[in-house]
Amino acid sequence: MNSLKKYLGIIWLLLAPVIFYFLVAGAIQNIDSAGKKDINNPVIWIIIISIFTPIAIGLMIFGWYALKGEYDYLPDSSKEIED
Amino acid sequence: MQNQTKGIWKVITASSVGTMIEWYDFYIFGMLAKTISTQFFPEGNPTAALLSTLAIFAAGFIVRPFGALVFGRLGDLIGRKYTFLLTLILMGGSTFLIGLVPGYKSIGIAAPVLVLLLRLIQGLALGGEYGGAATYVAEHAPPGKRGYYTSWIQTTATLGLFTALAVIMLVKLNMPDADFNAEWGGWRYPFWISILLVIISIYIRLKMKESPMFSRLKMEGKTSTNPLKESFRHKGNFKMVLLALFGAVMGQGVIWYTGQFYAQNFLETKCNIEFEQSRTIMLWAIAFATPFFLFFGWLSDKIGRKWIMMLGMLLGILTYRPIFNTFLKDTDANEWIKQGTSNNGYITQAKPIASADSFKITEIQYDFTDGKKFIEVLKYNPGINKGIPDGQSVIEFKNKHLSSDVYWKFVALIFLLILYVTMVYGPIAAFLVELFPTKIRYTSMSLPYHIGNGVFGGLVPFIGLLLTTAYPKDPLVGLWYPISVAALCFIIGTIYLNNKIDKEVND
Repeated sequence: MNSLKKYLGIIWLLLAPVIFYFLVAGAIQNIDSAGKKDINNPVIWIIIISIFTPIAIGLMIFGWYALKGEYDYLPDSSKEIED
Repeated sequence: MQNQTKGIWKVITASSVGTMIEWYDFYIFGMLAKTISTQFFPEGNPTAALLSTLAIFAAGFIVRPFGALVFGRLGDLIGRKYTFLLTLILMGGSTFLIGLVPGYKSIGIAAPVLVLLLRLIQGLALGGEYGGAATYVAEHAPPGKRGYYTSWIQTTATLGLFTALAVIMLVKLNMPDADFNAEWGGWRYPFWISILLVIISIYIRLKMKESPMFSRLKMEGKTSTNPLKESFRHKGNFKMVLLALFGAVMGQGVIWYTGQFYAQNFLETKCNIEFEQSRTIMLWAIAFATPFFLFFGWLSDKIGRKWIMMLGMLLGILTYRPIFNTFLKDTDANEWIKQGTSNNGYITQAKPIASADSFKITEIQYDFTDGKKFIEVLKYNPGINKGIPDGQSVIEFKNKHLSSDVYWKFVALIFLLILYVTMVYGPIAAFLVELFPTKIRYTSMSLPYHIGNGVFGGLVPFIGLLLTTAYPKDPLVGLWYPISVAALCFIIGTIYLNNKIDKEVND
């Protein structure tokens, strides 16, 4: 199970930039100053990209921790978290 | 022992009532979005006005994580009691004030600016409330009952929605639409009612004492001096924050918002079910499903939190598309007309009820013997109607009224969706409380909770709308967002979380 956790860490690491790429590509494809639909509105894309970017970075860090084996053992008490 | 039991119920009541009111305050804005957009945003472009409101709605959710940081930090520094008292005052005050802001017609651009500011304060306050209430109850609860006692807090979001739906429906049904939607009309009453509820709740909360665990830490001088740093810059704790977010709360957030908000919106805008039926379907389903928050909270004390939450996510992933497809199929008016000639529910009358010559709009009411009815709107453009190509016509259906058997079938299906919500949401407060140390608990659990619910969950209707615009041929395309997020969370949660119940949160 611990090996699986580590290998999957690579996927989480890679998934974050993929999500970011699709968001930016979606924005470029759909933003249209002449368009009247929600999807053409740059403000909406800016909001969505700026919210999901730090979350994607968090997913990368999660993947990195998983790859490093940080989740092989979960702490039993708060003391272990603080140490 | 009896005193202890009495004490815990006072704690649960004081925390739950206040949190329920905060949810009520937060929801009425979203539910009245259409009316609010007309009142506070420039007329002439209703789409822009509605989008502005949706943006404010999203902003309300987006600032929630910041509220979690601000008030979480405060709660770990000065205590739980005064922090969640402050969030209640801010929430109640801003809700009441939204009800007092004059419309755009009266004060111009100041109106939307004020509403936006007040909405942001609402979001901040909500961000601080939940973590405080859940922590406060959990720190009073004995081991072995933490899931059950905190599940009372978990009922408050749904009960807040129930109260908001009921109050708005009561007001709307007791006056003509024009009176409800007027500048100082009935839509403001739910905002004003809030102040009474908040005053009662503040009175109850003022009488409560500080959490015993936090008081002890404070007496021993062991409280955190910098909760933000200890929560997010200390690897040991930060990795648990990330695990909580990606392995539990992110999926819980989308299941929650799909079951309660996306579903309601879908019934109203995609299925075009009339206002009263769509609201009462939700009210019945919520009433039947709410006790299951307590059941799954209780069950999580016996068998652990993890698998209950994971099962709720899995069921959502597997059944969302078939359930929402049933909603569409059973409200297909063309199918009703076809069946009406051969089945029991044949058409008794189809008469023109309105027409507007300038735009060539004709409305025809259809009535069926089994109780179904709807209005067919025929729009023909002789060359002046901008929405339709010249010389062409479109047919729309509105105010669909379901037959009794389909109505109860929909109640059962929405109940099922909310049952999934109770599975993921019932045990999650205890799960989060047990993950973090007392001295930084408020901060550490609030952030992942509000990113999961505020950002991932709160944006379900909005991203659904974007997807539907991008792929208009598939009316169910909006569901792929919650299904994907829940699937990712299910995989991470299943593999990385353990099912252990922490016996000792007093550390």
